[in-house]
Amino acid sequence: MSRLNVVLALLLMVCALALIQSQHRSRTYFVELERLKKQARVLDEQWGQLQLEQSTWANPARVDTLARTRLGLIAPPNDRVRIETLTAAP
Amino acid sequence: MNYHSKKLLKLNLAPWRMATVGGLLLAGLAVVTARAFYLQGLNTDYLQGKGDAVANRNLTLPAQRGQVTDRHGQLLAISTPVESLWARPGELKWTAAQQAQLAKVLGMPVSELSKKMARKTRGEFSVRRPVTPEQAVGIAAMGVPGLHLRREFRRYYPAGEVAAHVVGFTNVDDLGQEGVERAYQDWLAGREGQRQILRDRRGNTIRDLVPIKTAQLGGNLALSLDLNIQYLAHRELAAAIAKNKAKGGSVVVLDAKTGEILALANQPIFNPNNRRNYKPGPMRNRAVIDTFEPGSTIKPFVAAAVLERGLYHPESVIETPETWRVGAKLVRDVHPHPQMTVSEIIQKSSNVGAVKLAMSLTPQQYWEVLHRSGFGELPGSGFPGETAGRLRDASTWKPVEHATMAYGYGLSVSLLQLSRAYMAFANDGEVMPLSFLKREPQEIAGVRVFSPSVAREVRAMMESVTQEGGTGMRTRVPGYRVAGKTGTAHKLIDGRYAPDRYLSSFVGMAPASNPRLIIGVVIDEPSGGVYYGGSVAGPVFAQVMAASLRQLALPPDAPETATLMTQNALRAGGGA
Repeated sequence: MSRLNVVLALLLMVCALALIQSQHRSRTYFVELERLKKQARVLDEQWGQLQLEQSTWANPARVDTLARTRLGLIAPPNDRVRIETLTAAP
Repeated sequence: MNYHSKKLLKLNLAPWRMATVGGLLLAGLAVVTARAFYLQGLNTDYLQGKGDAVANRNLTLPAQRGQVTDRHGQLLAISTPVESLWARPGELKWTAAQQAQLAKVLGMPVSELSKKMARKTRGEFSVRRPVTPEQAVGIAAMGVPGLHLRREFRRYYPAGEVAAHVVGFTNVDDLGQEGVERAYQDWLAGREGQRQILRDRRGNTIRDLVPIKTAQLGGNLALSLDLNIQYLAHRELAAAIAKNKAKGGSVVVLDAKTGEILALANQPIFNPNNRRNYKPGPMRNRAVIDTFEPGSTIKPFVAAAVLERGLYHPESVIETPETWRVGAKLVRDVHPHPQMTVSEIIQKSSNVGAVKLAMSLTPQQYWEVLHRSGFGELPGSGFPGETAGRLRDASTWKPVEHATMAYGYGLSVSLLQLSRAYMAFANDGEVMPLSFLKREPQEIAGVRVFSPSVAREVRAMMESVTQEGGTGMRTRVPGYRVAGKTGTAHKLIDGRYAPDRYLSSFVGMAPASNPRLIIGVVIDEPSGGVYYGGSVAGPVFAQVMAASLRQLALPPDAPETATLMTQNALRAGGGA
């Protein structure tokens, strides 16, 4: 009887330690999760800002002006355009 | 063993000592119990509240507003976080030096700042909304109590004024005010989330106290617009407005097969990124909200109505004297021909001919065709403030009105509505429901307005408009067959038609063999000398159409010789 009690008491001790351990681990993971969430939010915001920047650079009005002025491009005149029609292979 | 029986171990204590010690212990216990009861039982709410205030935090999870993109994913509107500066006047404690420093950081005179801060408000107010990231760093470094930065989302419109009328804009509180931003406010806005957390001494989050109510992010929206075509429409319209010294104008580009609005541009414009100078005039989406009398662009519907009833064939010959009297009204042709076929009436835009055709119908019959084509009805695009135009009931028409209705006076339409109605001719009689949102072709069911044969016959007539002898020769697009109709209408000012103020319009489609695009153009009060629809609105149509067809890589449908001839004619014609 008393030996069983001792075993149970030891078991209880082990369980208690395990509980502390898992509680601690859960806290650590939680902190880690929070950190990653925050990082995800920051990256999300950065992504949005990059998209904004990209679309500002790629704005058709800007591309149009640059192509005409800096690069000296023009739309090809119609006599320089040849239309090729694809015929299905036999 | 019985210890009590041992004499040696028996304590010989006076009973009062036992009583004193026992009593003191009991009294101590009673004090502790009473205190515990006081704290736990009576004061628990107050203390719990204090404790929670230190460790618990209620967080609001912000819901980012959804993005708006064009049909290819190009960004039209995006929310991105910015800092803004808020002040609580009650808690504000700062020195004159700090005040001067803040003024310097914000780039405003000290006097203006102190005037702003002298506001007597309870609670808090915003000092600057938003501040730049550099300013935010500077302000945070100062650490003045009563001044704090708050993170907010701000809406940016990378396409700027090019797509401003369609996309619209939001106010500082992120509520859609105009356009798509307003129409789809609920979808774009999302819902804020809530979270209760436990914090430790250092401010780390330890755990959630209640399950997180996740923020519902705003939905993204892909519009039907094609930013490239939109830009072309915007550019050509702006050029035409400047060239013709006009007051304003609009361009609508529709996909004839799906009813999607590929581009919609208006002049004058506004910049949605700058909310300072709020002027309602330029913000109006004229193509959807304003109405005008369509003038000759209504004539194809007259032709369709008489063809449909079998009253005439496209080649039926009609006597068209220079003037024709209906009641007290004298209808006049600018370029008279004694006889014309129904086709030629459309090609040369004869008022007399159109009146004679319309008068062969009863008012009810003509009204029914216009009504079926969508005039006097909301076009159904879902755009806020969309107008139905005006089409009075046939029973109230006087004979004169019946006649003027044949060349587009006495009813009013919006450009979007008119372009939508032309879909019937482009799409072999079927009108597709309009949409500002991108959609898959299989989701659409059209409404039949005309029979396929009538639609094709009218389309052939409209193709002659752009050929030799038509009113729309300047609407040609090299390599493609184009069909359309010009319109020039006197403006109604204070109930009278102004003799020298016009609305020039053109609605057309290409490739005419199987139209894919419909483009409607209207120019308000051109005052550069020319005012005919074919000469003012026509070139805008031709430019936008040519570029859009190239953009969509549609194969040319004009026969090679015709293309060459057209090109030569264009070169020879030059500025004709």
